[in-house]
Amino acid sequence: MDYIWQGLQQAAVLIFTLDPETYSAVITTLKVTFTSITLSVIIGVPLGFLLGYFNFPGKKQLRMVVDTLLAIPTVVVGLLVYAFISRRGPLGWTNLLYTVPGIAIAQVFLILPIVISLTATAIEGLDRRLRPTLRSLGAGRVQLALTSLHEARFAVLIAVITAYGRAISEVGIAMMIGGNIKWYTRTMTTAITLETGKGQFSMGIALGVILLLIVFLLNSALVLLRRRTT
Amino acid sequence: MKRRLFSGLLALGIAVVLITGAGVSHAQNKGTLLMATTTSTDNTGLLEYLAPQFKKDTGIELLWVAVGTGAALALGENCDVSVLLVHAPDAEKEYMEKGYGAERVQIMYNDYVILGPKDDPAGIKGKSVTEALQAIQQQKARFASRGDNSGTHKAELDLWKQAGIQTPDRESWYLSTGQGMLNTINIAAEQNAYTLADRGTFIKYEDNFKGNPPLVILVEGDKELRNQYSVIPVNPERCPNVKYDLAKEFAQWMASDKTQKLIADFKLLNKQLFYPNAGE
Repeated sequence: MDYIWQGLQQAAVLIFTLDPETYSAVITTLKVTFTSITLSVIIGVPLGFLLGYFNFPGKKQLRMVVDTLLAIPTVVVGLLVYAFISRRGPLGWTNLLYTVPGIAIAQVFLILPIVISLTATAIEGLDRRLRPTLRSLGAGRVQLALTSLHEARFAVLIAVITAYGRAISEVGIAMMIGGNIKWYTRTMTTAITLETGKGQFSMGIALGVILLLIVFLLNSALVLLRRRTT
Repeated sequence: MKRRLFSGLLALGIAVVLITGAGVSHAQNKGTLLMATTTSTDNTGLLEYLAPQFKKDTGIELLWVAVGTGAALALGENCDVSVLLVHAPDAEKEYMEKGYGAERVQIMYNDYVILGPKDDPAGIKGKSVTEALQAIQQQKARFASRGDNSGTHKAELDLWKQAGIQTPDRESWYLSTGQGMLNTINIAAEQNAYTLADRGTFIKYEDNFKGNPPLVILVEGDKELRNQYSVIPVNPERCPNVKYDLAKEFAQWMASDKTQKLIADFKLLNKQLFYPNAGE
């Protein structure tokens, strides 16, 4: 039991003395996840909107594919992206393996389905009377689409936060694509894995506390948003 | 509808846990010995080769987790395993002095080699370890380090010290991977970097590439590169839950003439990986 208590104490020291190694992992994680979530929002929200807003042949099937990808394991994404960007792979010339952008791009494959699927659900969940009402008020097609997106904004934000939570807490991709290189690609989750493997718990606990704090803040935001949508 | 689906999934989850849990408890009969060992003995296939023989000779089923030596020692210190097979003599001595281990039995050694890209950008081929490391540092050639407190990592740190170089850390050419040996070699290969590896894992790596790997041995044979392995049963006075009898039997078995010969006969790509030296 001692070592858990000692780990907690040392963790507090690391957090409050701004230990460079600890915060290097925090900053790397933030860089990775902000890049991946930004890319996913730029690509995913419009696609999700299209998927939820329009009716077209094959929509149900496409929806099923996207929903299946929600459960894609991080290690499978890691494996596939690794195979492509390894120096032996077809995209080896990009030199993305073991870099922060490399992890971010791989994470996009992981969280894009979440953004698309939940955005589509948000659009589909809008009041059915919205469209005829707007049309009767003389709204054009573009206005109609933009107003629908605006009406669904909280639900779309929930989609984004959910996706961000998945990105920040995953470890498989960060380990396989990032390589856990100290000061460069070591994220919070890979650092926790390593510190546990080394049998040194304090930095792991410190990072765990920070990670939990971020996830807690995200979740609080989710709860608040849910309240506003219902 | 949703609720019913959820409770269905929950029931399924519980069923799965019960079934797999029952499976585990069934396997844990009296004759299992849990060992913590280093990635090198696992990656090379040595344990898979020895464990069935051990079971045949003693009826004990050997189970192991492969981690860095630092973590293996910590597992022993926390009474999580009954026996250790590790290779970090200095750390082991400290471990014994603290009373965490019951005894330390020397088993075998292999050696470390410095690997690098075939074109050898820092020109270290055939140099001594000290000269090679100095050349790498002076030319800022990339070097991948385990960085995980493993036996190999500790050996690497010693070698920098012996070469009169302050341990690199934030230098841009020094990559601390924090991963196992094979992963670190792979990272070094991807990054055109040098690295220190145990010969066993390198031979395994060479085998994976059908004998034509991107990284090759550039420095070998120095006496500083010897890598000693020992078995340490965890001290039963500190950890009453460990299976000391089985652990002791394992240590004796590993040091026996018969097993020592088995270790010497263990070959990969027709190369001997480990050199038994229990008698020394």
